[in-house]
Amino acid sequence: MTDEALIVLENVNKWFGPLHVLQDVDLSVARGEVVVVIGPSGSGKSTLCRAINRLEPIDSGRIIFDGQALPAEGRELARLRSEVGMVFQSFNLFAHKTILENVMLGPVKVRKEKKAVVQDRAMSLLERVGIANQAEKYPAQLSGGQQQRVAIARALAMQPKALLFDEPTSALDPEMVGEVLEVMTSLAREGMTMVVVTHEMGFARHAADRVVFMADGQLVEQATPDEFFANPRSDRAKDFLSKILTH
Amino acid sequence: MNVLIDKFDVFAGGFWLTLQICVLAAIGALILGAVVAVLRISPVPPLRAVGTAYVTVFRNMPLTVVMFFAAFALPALGSNADFLRIPGLDVVFTRLGTDLPYFRFALIALTLYTAAFVCEALRSGINAVPPGQAEAARSLGLTFGQNLRYVVLPQSWKASIVPLGSVIIAMIKNSALIGFFGVVGDLSQSADQLTSAEGYAFIPVAIGISIGYLIMTVPLGALLDRIERRQAVAAR
Repeated sequence: MTDEALIVLENVNKWFGPLHVLQDVDLSVARGEVVVVIGPSGSGKSTLCRAINRLEPIDSGRIIFDGQALPAEGRELARLRSEVGMVFQSFNLFAHKTILENVMLGPVKVRKEKKAVVQDRAMSLLERVGIANQAEKYPAQLSGGQQQRVAIARALAMQPKALLFDEPTSALDPEMVGEVLEVMTSLAREGMTMVVVTHEMGFARHAADRVVFMADGQLVEQATPDEFFANPRSDRAKDFLSKILTH
Repeated sequence: MNVLIDKFDVFAGGFWLTLQICVLAAIGALILGAVVAVLRISPVPPLRAVGTAYVTVFRNMPLTVVMFFAAFALPALGSNADFLRIPGLDVVFTRLGTDLPYFRFALIALTLYTAAFVCEALRSGINAVPPGQAEAARSLGLTFGQNLRYVVLPQSWKASIVPLGSVIIAMIKNSALIGFFGVVGDLSQSADQLTSAEGYAFIPVAIGISIGYLIMTVPLGALLDRIERRQAVAAR
């Protein structure tokens, strides 16, 4: 891990109408770092995650990715997004394309890579997430856990510099959460830069380098997982942890 | 009822001319409507404004008024719509090439008017695609055009096809107006000719032209039902 920051948010503010969903948020994510964002619903975690590749435009402040400020909508932004993979809560696999086509679309159309090269890479990624034998099926024919693993493979096919996960396991049946977290954990070990919004405290404990706790649009505290779960400093975090860790 | 047999050639000729203008206007309206729909969902605000203005004007004006504009304003501007005398096309659709411009004027009016409805039918299909699909495409780095072409439009067709069919059926019936704007020999103008000029009884003639329109609209409706049923099965 190097110390040079890959993602930097400075003084970021965002409103949904009168609702101040991101309040003066400062965050910096180093290359190879795994940052897990936790907090109660409606605290702005998803918005924070989606702001990083400008799926949600911000109202003020700056977001810098790999030394470059996020450009406005257009080709430049498209190029930047191609370097930041994103995995959604609801998978969002392209419903009219096969699993293999889903994984190949970005590299072929955005990067203009040769189909044969992309196909080899796509198949080895599907192999890696354990779905190579389903390559010719359509998303609706797969379970939620399988679809989410394809979504991760699709993001990896672009060879991104960072991956954003927006509650990747929240829409899954409990028995399928493990298979997705396993893939994410192995990515974290390999040094992928990751920002993960999740409610999976187990994942935060083993895989995160840093836990960021958000509440009411503010970044309340951040610490290593050991420190955060053992000795949360803020009352909001203590309250949150007492509610989720008692069951 | 003898008129149906005696004047069969008139009915057949009327049917053929109405079919011609409908085929041409349908093609024109589908192309123009698609362009306007892309304008309306474009990320560039001025383009969106142009698209919205187009739909507002042509969806809200009576077709008769659009026909009037085409038939009177174009000649006033010194145009006989000669750009529609497309070589090759005017061999099949002979009226495109004639010196009398009324067929071309009517075609322009019908196309402009119908395109507004085509645009909205296409857009309703686009809106039926879950927003997560376009979001995933954007997050991969696809541009607006690529997003439409590879992700959104291929999925929007399913939801567009039935409303589009209704728009085209309405257009076929709307084409009955063209006889009042100088076009000679389409189905409804033939009826007028047979009853007022040649003195045939109205009801048999009306039955005759109704059959002509039904031959075009009923199979189209049946085709749409079939597509809809197939989609319902596929969605299960």
